[in-house]
Order: sequence, then structure tokens, then C-alpha cells
Amino acid sequence: MKFGVVVSEGPYTHQAADSAYLFVKAALEAGHEVPRVFFYHDGVNVATRLSVPPQDERNIQENWTALAKEHELDLVVCIAAAQRRGMLDENEAKRQGKDADNIADGFRISGLGQLIEMGIQTDRLVTFGD
Amino acid sequence: MTTKKFLYVNRKAPYGTIYALESLEVVLIGAAFEQDVSVAFLDDGVFQLTKGQDTGGIGVKNFSPTFRALGDYDVTKLYVERESLEERGLTEADLQEVTYEDEDDDWAEKPSIRIISRAEMADVMADQDVVLSF
Repeated sequence: MKFGVVVSEGPYTHQAADSAYLFVKAALEAGHEVPRVFFYHDGVNVATRLSVPPQDERNIQENWTALAKEHELDLVVCIAAAQRRGMLDENEAKRQGKDADNIADGFRISGLGQLIEMGIQTDRLVTFGD
Repeated sequence: MTTKKFLYVNRKAPYGTIYALESLEVVLIGAAFEQDVSVAFLDDGVFQLTKGQDTGGIGVKNFSPTFRALGDYDVTKLYVERESLEERGLTEADLQEVTYEDEDDDWAEKPSIRIISRAEMADVMADQDVVLSF
């Protein structure tokens, strides 16, 4: 089965990003496909490469980046939600005249159309949030 | 392109958190994909459609007029749960008027808001392909 996954709450504050990660991992191990994961609302904050959680805690961004690398996942961060929250890739930082960018490897910034497209093209859309 | 039934479920008050605004942004973008779209309002989400909203005192944008533009995007089914209204002391008269022009009926202007019971809301949800909850 093809699963589309939405993450709509921020990392560490909320379990959504952890549960989604475990769900995607389990789905892939069970032979399902996950064509895309879409990060919305505070979920976009998962994609910052500047978070430095204590060493005895899981690193949510690094978990996602590693999973994306292993399975060639398409991790999409909503551009509108990202810009509100200070999440910029290199191109956007340049375009907006900002002096830094913070999107981690394995994530890309794109529009809300990617969320709708994911809903159309997958068999099930699963949301992790409140 | 495949046409699916999309339902956007609004459960939160319009201000205080960003869920309602970012939900509306999804509805507007989604309209370009020519899917069969419905929008549901329940729990505190029914406050999103109240009329006379004035956000001047809290310094955030009043986005409630945007709901009236949904008809132009072919988003014409706004389901509001009756029980949620009643539990909050609201009636249909407290909601703003949202209409669309029905192209199958000589562009007659018709109401987009449909007040339905909790049981009917369950049927609407069961009938969908994709449900996005905000």
C-alpha cells in the first residue's frame, strides 16, 4: 500500500514527529511504500539542522535524514509554514536577503500543492498531530 | 487526473492558534487541483465562520472574509455541526453568509453553509477519500 504521511506538530514538544518516524520505518519494513512525508504547521521545525538535543536523547532531525537517505524518501517542508517559522533553504535565504539557512540534508522546501498531490496519489493519508 | 473526495476538518477556534489560518491556506491551494472538496466545522471550529469578527485588539490578521471567496474557488460545501453550535450558545444566525453561484442552475446564488447533525457529520466523513484535520 502507498502511504502519504503528514507531520503537523513540532519536534520534542509533541510526539507527532517521533510517531510518524516510527510509522514510516515500520511501513517500509513491512514492504509498503511511502512516496512522501509532508511537514506542516510546527512540523516544519523538524527540518532544522541546527537543533542540538542532549546526547542521551534521540535526535529527531538526524533520524529522519538517515531514514530518507536509506530509502530515498521525499521529505517535503511546506514553504509558507516554513517561512513564518524561520526555516529557509539556501535559495530562499538568498531570495529573502537572510544571512543564514537551516534546512537539513534529506529535506526539501516546496508548496502546499505537494500535500494535495500526495493525497491524490496515495492509498491512505495518515496525519500525525493533535 | 484522479478526482478524490477531500474533506478539510476544522476543529479549532480561528485565533489563539494558527491551525485555522493554515487550514484555509491548504483549502485555497487545494482548489487548484480540481478535486471534490468539502470543508467541515466542528467543536471550536464553528467559531471560524462567525460574523463580525474584529481582530484589531490582538494584532493578528482577520481572515474571516476569505471564507466568502471560497465559492469562486468551487469550494461550495461547508458543513457545520449543529451540536457544536448549540454547545457554544451559537445559532446559524451568528454565522456569516457564504454563498456560491451554481453553474448547473443558471448561476443562481446558493448558500454554501449546511448545518448538519453530528450523526450526519459522521456520514460525511465516512464518505471521503482523504481527510485532513486541523
